[in-house]
This record gives sequence, structure tokens and C-alpha cells, in this order.
Amino acid sequence: MLVYSVRRLLLVIPILLAASMFVFLLVDLSGDPIAELIFQAEATGEPLSQEAIEGLEKRLYYDRSIPERYWLWLTGLGPNNGDIGLLQGKFGPTVRGTAFDIGGEISSRLWTTLRLVGFATILSIVLGIITGVISAIRQYSKLDHTITFFGFLALSMPVFWFGVLIKEVGITINNLLGFRLFATVGSQSTVREGFTAWDTFVDIMGHLALPTITLSLLGYAVFSRFQRASMLEVLNSDYIRLARAKGLRNRVVMRKHALRTALIPVLTLVTLSIAGSVDGAVLTETVFQWQGLGRYFVDRLKDADTFAVMGFLMLSGTMVVIANLVADLLYAVLDPRIRYD
Amino acid sequence: MTDTTTPLDQDGRPPLPDAEAITTKERSQLQLVTRRFFRHKLAVGSLFVLLLVFAFAFIGPELWKWDHTLHREIPPSQPPSLAHPFGTTSAGHDVMGMVMRGTQQSLKVALTVSLMTAAIAALVGSIAGLLGRWIDGALMRLVDIILVVPPLALVAAVAGNVRGGSTWYAVALILGFFTWPVYSRIIRGMVLSLREQEFIEAARAMGASNVRIILRHLLPNTTGQLIVTATIVAATAILAEAGLSFLQLGIQPPDTSLGLQVQNAMSAMKTRPWLFYPPGIMILIIALTINFIGDGLRDALDPRQTMVRR
Repeated sequence: MLVYSVRRLLLVIPILLAASMFVFLLVDLSGDPIAELIFQAEATGEPLSQEAIEGLEKRLYYDRSIPERYWLWLTGLGPNNGDIGLLQGKFGPTVRGTAFDIGGEISSRLWTTLRLVGFATILSIVLGIITGVISAIRQYSKLDHTITFFGFLALSMPVFWFGVLIKEVGITINNLLGFRLFATVGSQSTVREGFTAWDTFVDIMGHLALPTITLSLLGYAVFSRFQRASMLEVLNSDYIRLARAKGLRNRVVMRKHALRTALIPVLTLVTLSIAGSVDGAVLTETVFQWQGLGRYFVDRLKDADTFAVMGFLMLSGTMVVIANLVADLLYAVLDPRIRYD
Repeated sequence: MTDTTTPLDQDGRPPLPDAEAITTKERSQLQLVTRRFFRHKLAVGSLFVLLLVFAFAFIGPELWKWDHTLHREIPPSQPPSLAHPFGTTSAGHDVMGMVMRGTQQSLKVALTVSLMTAAIAALVGSIAGLLGRWIDGALMRLVDIILVVPPLALVAAVAGNVRGGSTWYAVALILGFFTWPVYSRIIRGMVLSLREQEFIEAARAMGASNVRIILRHLLPNTTGQLIVTATIVAATAILAEAGLSFLQLGIQPPDTSLGLQVQNAMSAMKTRPWLFYPPGIMILIIALTINFIGDGLRDALDPRQTMVRR
């Protein structure tokens, strides 16, 4: 087990290295921040001078070849302005000037997005497992058909459209109650003077509720369908029949024999759902005007701010890789049928 | 079980003398699949609705007098009426004309992406599965790497950099380029088990080349999975394209798409709901019907997956 864990941990390094190369090539080849800046300057009516362009190229390291730039972006080794080098925790320069620091911006927004993604993932897993199991136990009943239909509906729902819809529902509920239960703009109130710890908590939760529901929709659909299939497979297996034949009570069979086994395969999905949640967070944050990483990514993308875009992609990629790692290690612990020696 | 020379019927008695009386009509694979598909009521209903949507998107613009562009003679901000069934925008667009155009774009993107994904997944999956060794290793590592980064963000990063506005085929090509990895893994898994079977060995013994084995023996055996894949991908592509357009990273004005229309109608949801609901509901209907059809196809093409017969 220890050998396996170490081996699995070491495997992360080449994956992340390859991913960094992939992300760099993709973003670097598809976008040119210098051309974008020249274009923007021309649009304002004041074209950039030749010196200004050269200065920009130097500051953004676009005076170097692509391999050189990749090496510099990854390691920060070689002559530079001390603002680049992913391995040293520096994300590189931004097109907006030297006053802005991508690393600082990303880390200040990271918690906002993690909060959203984390809560939404937990909500979708819990709801998905419960409804999936109920669906499987009552297979082909009216309840099962209803749950399955809602699963399909959730699977086919455009996240952003549902977000706007539920935002209006939230406002309507607020108006009915006469006080603000759900906040619909931002991740926190802008004015927080005189807030106690409890007030801050309530404030954050009020802001979190609607976006979490929006984001958990897609994950819920996938989890509940998968859990239903997994539970059905277990329920049709021989050892469940044996457990029943022994005369065990239905509740015991379900809880101790069926559910435990049926939960394991769902673990693999958690990884996939993290990647999906980051995608969804980009849309959800736009709808609810959160200043999170997803919104940051879209804004930076529109400026062709390559280093910021690559930083976001690498960060979310790392999140997925870590989730993958945790899932694999948990697998080894949870599933006694898997031996790694 | 060995083949007996004189087949016995269900009760173990020798067959009836009149053999003609018990032979059933022979059915082809396609007939079997169609029969099973038509048993799935929700899928058949969805197919009907989807055909209506196709007619709305592709025949509709020919019959309807307004297209998606701006017209001076259209009165601004009108609620739905006979002249404009879905109402009009504040600038003077006919919303039904816009929704027709947007639906058309969505369907074109979905079809392109699903064909592209199925083709690439089939190719990569069968090559990796059949050839094995370092080719398999290299292709599957590539898949691993692409899967590390969240797909929509990846697509957005490329699409956002296409300057001067991306058209529907640019969006479709970019989407198609990043959706195949998961599905190529599935096809590879199937090929891995297929290639160990006798008929592949027989083909090899008769001197068939790898290309022939892939095209004539492996791919026909994965058709079911490929059709299901193409359907699922079509649904996700619709949602992804709408999401991209919503972020204003997809299809650009003056052209229109359903996602873009939702984006523009976001603030007007309370005051002019006719701008907000039609494009959103259209996305939902397309994705929902495609998903139901996919479910029906899965049941029809692979009856083993349904554990209890309905």
C-alpha cells in the first residue's frame, strides 16, 4: 500500500509537466497579447510607437522564442524581471501593466471559487446518492420514473439559464418574506462593517445558497444516474440473494451489504465532477456576478492575457490531478477487492 | 453447450413434423434495433419533437418573413402577438426569427461535433487498442493530459482567442477537438476485448492488414457504442456551445445563437420575459430530446444493459 501510494504520488509529476506543456502550447499558439494590445491601441486612435511595442514585448517576454518562453514560464530560470516562474509560485506578467500581480489576484479569488465548487460538489453527491439509491430500490415504480425524469431534466439544463431563473425565484421569495433571505449578487456583502463572526457566516451562506443549487444541478444528474446503475448491479448480484436467503432483514441487507459496495464506483465520478464543476463555476460566477476565479478567467481571456489564462488552466488542472490522486488512494483503502501489491 | 442435431422444443419433445408452421420471420439487425427502439415511448416521442425542432430551424426561416437581423419596420419591445409570435427586442429584431437562427446554429454545431467526436474516438480508440505497445501508451497518455484541464475552460481559452468573432464552424471544430478523449478510451476498451476473439485471429490468418481489420472487423462491432456516443456528445455540445456564446466567447454578433440571446435577455427577464424564455427553453428541449433518444438507442442497441425485461 505504501509503495503504491508513493508510486501514485510520483506519477503526478510527469502528468502535471505534460499538462503544463499542453496548456502553454495551446494558449501561446492561439493568442497573441502583443497583437491584441496593438489592436486595442489602434482602436482608441493612438497607435503604439515602435519603442512602446518593443518595450511590451520585453516585459511580456515575447521577444523570446516559444521554447525559451515555456522554460522561463515553468521554472523562472534565466534573465527575467523576477515575476515569472510557475515552480517558484510566480505566474508571470500581465498585459495590464506591472502594477498588477496575477498570483495575488488568483490566490485572493481562489477561496471564493473553492467554496462554491466544494459546496456544490457535496450537495450533488449527497442528493445524487440518496435519489439514486431510492430509484434503484423502487425500480420501474412511479417514483423511479419521476426521479429519472428529473435527472434527465437536470442533465439537459443550460446552467446559466437555470441560474438566471433561480435568481428570480430567490428575489420573489425575498419579496414574499419581506426580508433578504437569498442574496443574488456577489459572494459576500460589500459593506461588512460591524459584522460579528456569526453575521459574516450568515451573509456568506445567504450568498452561497442559490449559486450552489445552480452549480450542483449537472453533478446531481450524473451522480444519481450512476448511483442508480451501480446499486441495481449490486442488488442483482448473488451475494445479495444469499444475504436475503440467510433471512437478514431488508434494512440490514440494504445498508450493510448493498449500499457499501454500490458506493465505491461513485468515487471515480467525483474526479470527473470536479472538472465539470470548474466549468460550471465559470458560468455560475458570471450569472451571480461573483468575483471568483471563473469570472477572472473569462475577463482575462477577453484581454488575451495569456499568462493569467495559463495560470488559471494550470491551477484547475492541478485541482483535478489532486482530486484524481485522492480518489485513487481512497479506492485502495475502501475497496477490499483491490490489491496493489 | 453443444449443438444438437435434432433441436428439441421447449417441452423437450421432438419438433413438430410441419416445420414451416413454427419458423418465424427472419429479421435483420436493423429491424431488431428499430423494433426495440420503438418500444421506448419517451424516446420515440422525443424523436418526433426533435424532428419538429429541426423543421423549425431549417424550414422555418424559409417560410417566416423575418430573419434574425435588425429590421426598421419591426416595432420595438412588443410582447408576443400574431405578427410576432415570440415578441420583438428593443432594437427591432423578431424574436422568433432569432430563435430559429439560433436553433439552426446549435443543431449545426451539435451535428458537426458529434460526427467529429465519433470519428476521432473510433480512429484513436481502435488504433490504440489494436496496435497496443508504445502507440497505445502514447495515445492514452495524450488522452490523460487533455482530460486534466476542465474541457469548457480549455475550449474557451482557444475560442476566446479567435479574433474577429468566431463562426459556428470554428466553435464546432474547437469543441470537437476536445471532446473525443473520454470516448476514445471507451472504444479502446471494447477493441481490447474484441481483438482477442477468434474472428480477428481468423482475419489475421487470412492475411488481412491492420487497416482492413479496423475498418471491416473492429469498427462494425463498435457501431452501437459509437451511435450512443454521438448522441450523448450532441447533447453536451449544444450545452457547451450555448455556454460559450453566453460568455460571449462563441458565435459573435451580427450572427446570433441561443446562448447569446439568453445573455442579452438576462437583465430583461422580469420586464420582457418573452426575450428570456424562448431561447432557454429551446436549448433545454433540444438537449432533453437528444438525451432521451440516446437512452432509447442505448437500450435498443445493447439489450444486455437492461437487466430486467420490460
